Amino acid sequence: MINSKLMPSTYRLVWTIPDTLVIARRNLLRFVRLPQLLIFSTVQPVMLLLLFNYVFGGAINAGGLSYIQFLLPGFLVQIVVFGSAQTSVGLAEDLSRGMIDRFRSLPMARSAVLAGRTLADTLRYTFLVLLMIGVGSIIGFRFHNGIPFAVAAVMLSVLFGFAFTWISAFIGMSVKDVETAQVAGFVWIFPIVFASSMFVPVETMPGWLQAFAKINPVTATTDTVRALSLGGEIITPLWKSLAWIGGILLVFLPMAVRRYRRIQ
Amino acid sequence: MTGETGIIGSMPIPDGAAISTERLQKHFGKIKALDGVSLVVQPGTITALLGPNGSGKTTFVRILTTLLQPDAGQARVAGHDVVRDAQVVRNLIGLAGQYPAVDENLTGQENLEMVGRLYHLGGKEARRRATELLENFSLTEASNRRAKTYSGGMRRRLDLAASLVAKPPVLFLDEPTAGLDPRSRNALWEIITNSVTGGTTVLLTTQYLEEADRLANNIAVLDNGHIIEQGTAQYLKECCGGDALIQIRIADRAQTSLAVELLGTLGDGKIKSVPETGDISIPVVGGTSILAEVVRRLDTGGIMVSDLGLRQPTLDDVFLALTGHATATSEESTAETAVKKGRKRNERNAP
Repeated sequence: MINSKLMPSTYRLVWTIPDTLVIARRNLLRFVRLPQLLIFSTVQPVMLLLLFNYVFGGAINAGGLSYIQFLLPGFLVQIVVFGSAQTSVGLAEDLSRGMIDRFRSLPMARSAVLAGRTLADTLRYTFLVLLMIGVGSIIGFRFHNGIPFAVAAVMLSVLFGFAFTWISAFIGMSVKDVETAQVAGFVWIFPIVFASSMFVPVETMPGWLQAFAKINPVTATTDTVRALSLGGEIITPLWKSLAWIGGILLVFLPMAVRRYRRIQ
Repeated sequence: MTGETGIIGSMPIPDGAAISTERLQKHFGKIKALDGVSLVVQPGTITALLGPNGSGKTTFVRILTTLLQPDAGQARVAGHDVVRDAQVVRNLIGLAGQYPAVDENLTGQENLEMVGRLYHLGGKEARRRATELLENFSLTEASNRRAKTYSGGMRRRLDLAASLVAKPPVLFLDEPTAGLDPRSRNALWEIITNSVTGGTTVLLTTQYLEEADRLANNIAVLDNGHIIEQGTAQYLKECCGGDALIQIRIADRAQTSLAVELLGTLGDGKIKSVPETGDISIPVVGGTSILAEVVRRLDTGGIMVSDLGLRQPTLDDVFLALTGHATATSEESTAETAVKKGRKRNERNAP
């Protein structure tokens, strides 16, 4: 029982985590209720991993590594980045169905609707990341750097995705209809995913694209996850990646919450 | 978890109005959705905000439920400013919006439990309250089915139940029966009447005079962002419609004023006439006997009619009487209203 004399701001703060968990649970239940959704959202990345490995694997020179070794770390980052795009669609759906109105009229924490959504989406693709590692290991992927670094690789991917869910949340709060969210949520992801070190070594790209790929947060994160998994220079790409994650959260988290509070 | 007022123990409601607004204004670009609305709602009463599409009803409710900030003026719910003390206000209100806000992928039980938890009732109390409400709203059988499988009427009931989870002292219902067939509408009216007892203050919006009449003690008529008239259903009917209306269309429009003269002493209110169309309406209480008298007088006066009938007063009649114009402010919404009415009539006539 919460004391009625608590100041509203304290009251909100106290309830941020419980409210977030209620919303996250609600969003995850969707996958329990729609097993087909779970199956197909699982089948698709598995299929893509196999296609990339067997279609492009022979043609790409991954600097002495077998292609699955080169591909998988980047593929994990790709999973979380594309997975984060789903956040905007889910929120736009809630908005169009009046759920957001209901939540905003409740005495719940103001950030919980967005935080619950980003948390649920993060858990969803964490599951996919682990699944990809499982499938990858069947077709030849191995961590070369020991379990602690492997765990760190997974954690960094997930954290990177979490930052991106807030960009996506901001988009979802800004576009206000599901169709637009579907396009706006995905369209900007393609260039940053493909113009990176994810699928091919950056050195094989034309100079102007290399310049973009080198500052691309996806490149920094992929390089870090790759180094954590296989060995190599960790510190430089790691701080770049963490700086991007921190910067994105610092900018987009408050902006998304602000949008949520100001919806007309 | 004590007290009728819900979750934060008993948040004191100061003496005075449950809802009060003063010169409330809201613009969307150049459109004035609310143009200085002042309204006082006494505790424990049910007030209907009656108005056509685009009159500002939803904007008004959205401001009072803290979803929207006003541009100017003041709004208080249970004495708390909806802008400054928004979080306090949210603890005291329930809202059922224009479209049912239920999560289709959750069951009825889960939907209500979620809302209860977000009102911070605690898990056990949220569960108990959900079960209780589902029972009261005849949804027990469907309680473990996903809301996706619910009919329109069931969704409305679930949505209404969600707004009542925390036993809020002030309840907002924005067009609670929009889109329902007449049977479901009647059922929902019954539920609203039964569940809204024990001192709850209700503000509901509607386009239907019949609905306002059925549910509310007090009716405020909203037009173009203004409250143009306010009073009991009886008062509004007396000023604008009576129990029923005798509607006459004079074949020769030129004779309209002559007809009004002949019929002047009949009925229980002011006769309205529109000379441009030859339409005359007479508010009556006694119905058929007066109808016969009307026919006799017109016949004696040698006035031909092209249409004559007895019908229930509608929002249009109230509007026509109050504003001199029909409910719609644009051609488009006239068409919309007409379509809606046509549909309503068809549904009613269906076997």
